[in-house]
Amino acid sequence: MASSATLAPLTAAPPAIEVHDLTVAYHTQPVLWDVDVAMPPGKLIAIVGPNGAGKSTLLKAILGLVPLTTGWVRIDDQALAARRQTLAYIPQRTSVDWDFPTSALDVVLMGTYGRLGWFRRPGQRERDLACRCLEQMGIADLAQRQISQLSGGQQQRVFLARALAQEARTYLMDEPFAGVDATTERTIVELLRQLRDQGRTVVAVHHDLQTVPEYFDWVVLLNLRLVAAGPVEEVFNTENLHSTYGGQLKILSQAAAALLAKQQGLVS
Amino acid sequence: MSAFWPVWLPDPSILLALAVVGATSASLGCFAVLRRQSLLGDTLAHAALPGIGLAFWLTEAKSPLVLLLGAMATGLLGAALLFALKHASRLKEDAALGLVLSTFFGVGIVILTRLQNEPEASQSGLDHFIYGQAAYLTWDHARLMLGLGMVVLVCLALTYKECKLLSFDPAFAASLGLPRRRLEALLAGLTVVGVMLSLRAVGVVLTVALLIGPAAAARQWTQRLSTMMGLAIAFGISSSWLGAIWSQTADATPTGPAIVLVASVLLVVSILVAPGRGLWWHYLRLRQHRRDVAAENVLADFYRHGERQGDRTAPMPAAELADQRGLRFPPLERTMRDLCRRGLAESAGDGWRLTEAGADEAARVMRSHRLWELYLARRLDLPLDHVHRDAEEMEHALPSEIVAELDAHLGHPRVDPHGHPIPRLAAEPRPTEAKEGSTGHGS
Amino acid sequence: MAPDVYYSLVVVACGILVSASCSLLGPFLVLRRMSLVGDAISHAILPGIALGFILTHSRQSLAMTLGAAAAGLVTVWLIELLLKSRRVSEDTSVALVFPMLFALGVLLMERFARYVDLDPECVIYGDIEFAPFDQWSLGGLALGPRPLWILAGVTLFNLLLVVLLYKELKLTTFDPALGDALGFHSGWMHYILMTAVALTCVAAFESVGAILVVAFLIVPAATAYLITDRLSRLLAWSVGFGVLAAVGGYGLAREELLDCSVAGGMATMAGLIFAGVWMAAPRQGLLAQLRRRLS
Repeated sequence: MASSATLAPLTAAPPAIEVHDLTVAYHTQPVLWDVDVAMPPGKLIAIVGPNGAGKSTLLKAILGLVPLTTGWVRIDDQALAARRQTLAYIPQRTSVDWDFPTSALDVVLMGTYGRLGWFRRPGQRERDLACRCLEQMGIADLAQRQISQLSGGQQQRVFLARALAQEARTYLMDEPFAGVDATTERTIVELLRQLRDQGRTVVAVHHDLQTVPEYFDWVVLLNLRLVAAGPVEEVFNTENLHSTYGGQLKILSQAAAALLAKQQGLVS
Repeated sequence: MSAFWPVWLPDPSILLALAVVGATSASLGCFAVLRRQSLLGDTLAHAALPGIGLAFWLTEAKSPLVLLLGAMATGLLGAALLFALKHASRLKEDAALGLVLSTFFGVGIVILTRLQNEPEASQSGLDHFIYGQAAYLTWDHARLMLGLGMVVLVCLALTYKECKLLSFDPAFAASLGLPRRRLEALLAGLTVVGVMLSLRAVGVVLTVALLIGPAAAARQWTQRLSTMMGLAIAFGISSSWLGAIWSQTADATPTGPAIVLVASVLLVVSILVAPGRGLWWHYLRLRQHRRDVAAENVLADFYRHGERQGDRTAPMPAAELADQRGLRFPPLERTMRDLCRRGLAESAGDGWRLTEAGADEAARVMRSHRLWELYLARRLDLPLDHVHRDAEEMEHALPSEIVAELDAHLGHPRVDPHGHPIPRLAAEPRPTEAKEGSTGHGS
Repeated sequence: MAPDVYYSLVVVACGILVSASCSLLGPFLVLRRMSLVGDAISHAILPGIALGFILTHSRQSLAMTLGAAAAGLVTVWLIELLLKSRRVSEDTSVALVFPMLFALGVLLMERFARYVDLDPECVIYGDIEFAPFDQWSLGGLALGPRPLWILAGVTLFNLLLVVLLYKELKLTTFDPALGDALGFHSGWMHYILMTAVALTCVAAFESVGAILVVAFLIVPAATAYLITDRLSRLLAWSVGFGVLAAVGGYGLAREELLDCSVAGGMATMAGLIFAGVWMAAPRQGLLAQLRRRLS
């Protein structure tokens, strides 16, 4: 996928990410249930909800990393397979083994693998790009450092640099601010704004309700099902937050568990 | 040997020794399975090999006790090395296990082959420890094994409560002040002893099967640790006896592999048919659920038909019913046969009608369906075309408690978001207006 | 060339090729935390070998090689199947599958292949000592020892795999989710690697038996993991340690020294090298750890 095509005109653009009828279940645990949402391009979008609300799963479902029970996902109004290279994914830091024998620069280089395709090895061009991305995150001096010797904030910056090296159009981040120091948090916010100003879309799972209005333009409130989605000023209000975090959803999750147990033959 | 002892039955000394091996391995295996340390026993068994060789080399004696002590010494050394690797190297557990296993086994092979190449070497029968040779178990072996097996079982019995807690929730166990490290060391030590006992019977490579197989099979049948241990012991003993008998009666069938294959069959059978967890029952429940869904869908069709006709037991021609569901005829006929057998429907002309009981059941299904629609529409502002498809699935799954809870939560509503009345249960007073004002088809 | 020098050279060369082929794959097994799956595969190829032998009455046939490699993949598949049924945990499914297949293999061998040259002993420590006598000729043309050719072929295959798919193996090992997201199917990479492991185990079986293969797969890689922080260097060190263990192990097993099984000697040597490195490695070593704690 050529990068010139990925930065198509933004006027009257289709949703960056459209999710329809999406249901995902792990074993008997329903994680997402019949979620419909269309996320606009060029926005900073937060996914907010209590623990176990399916926030990370929504990201993984968009990326095709978990099997969908029902529903479909479209990226820029195309199938995922066609737009895979336009998505960058920043998983939670704890999802990988930081003892892996590799350097920070090497991890960033991995971001270029998708464009390289099978068999081709990264060359000087990719190396230069990776260095620039590290620089942009302010950690160029750590390029040769073994990744286990980086602090939490530095590891997060390496992950962000890797996503930058993907030169993607849409960035999906799983808790980018979790466990990072204040400087790193500022750097990340700065980066997010730059990305948006370049017309890219950022979708981030976010925990800190306080900073949602400050950092983000758009918000998806999630608790097993979609509670609300829209511009922060419209939907990020007490009533919706109460629905998202309030106890009213007990029936919902009980019912969903009962349905899955039946459908999977676990109870008679 | 008594003349009355049947030829197909191995000697009593062998049976006794195998019973001890089966029982100790299986009970230790329960904790190994629950603590996700199934492969520890495999490594410890391999680590015993150099000890056996060394003991023989140093003492030139083949006394079972000496060999066993040697095996235990290097087995414990292997366990200690595993502990050290875990705490003082960056190797992950799997690599540490593989490393200790293969290195110790290599050293063991060096010693055994070295002994074989001694000029005056009597083939010492040490290779029996690799494949096992139950047929050579004497009363000496049996007595020794019985003694050590009893020690293991008594230790397990004394610390049963603590080990159970440790296996279930180590963090909680530690918070209660249980000496976690020491308990883990005790279990590892007992596993070394248990594994040594089975080396003679099934050999280094297959020991792990006797440890894990019966325990994993027993796990399928019960949710209680005490029952699981009892069953595992029974499985352990019966598979070693059956294996020994097989080996006794068939040509060229070594005992170790025979025992392991019997244990494997027991395991596969357990996974398939154990009540509750068995895959076969799982399949049957899935099929039943599909049939229930089909039956309840038809009941719902009858209910809507009844609403339109103003008669809840109005007959419905087969063609119309098939049309509603887009169902092909054979599955519909089977569903209807099923409903008739349960007394919920009866044939009427060229179709069927619901009985009174069937009409009540149909009302129950529709009640779940419409309450659920209302809940979704009110709580989550879902569009109406969404709530119907969703409720189509939910009506089959909602337990009655949740339906009651929904009803209360929504303030005992009368109509669903499409404006259709929500049926009351037969036990409740039926409001008269429930039968009015339903025209449109399908909700 | 003197016959005994030729003999030694062939045995050492076989040992070197076994360790090189294994230690090229080992690092990926160790990093993926699949060391014991490698162990399981090496045991479970036995029924494949026995069946192939029973059907073709030959140890050299292609059918036997392919049957054994297939048995290795069946192991991986069975372990995953058992895991997916959610009736047992991962360690248990490994511990259940490979003894069952190994037992089946031993039984088949005892039953049907007892009096031919496939015996339980060569399962334990192989017969690398006999490699020089297994000469291969094609249409009257003498090509030298057959095991040497087979092992060289597998080593070349593994080398090509690691070189060509280095990037893909690295990515799917470090972060399989990103691999999937970028379009490198981590499930395929897994099975490609497992196929290579199974083929390697089959080729190594004749030389070092079914049980000692794991020493060659895991120990050099684990040793290298203690001294380097780069995957490329890890691979190089791993092969280096493997070759060293093969040569040293042969020396250890010579008549003048220990006079024991060559394969066992090589495994022992690999363990000794690990012990030395674990002691003395610059940062990960025990002495370095002790020094850090004291300072």
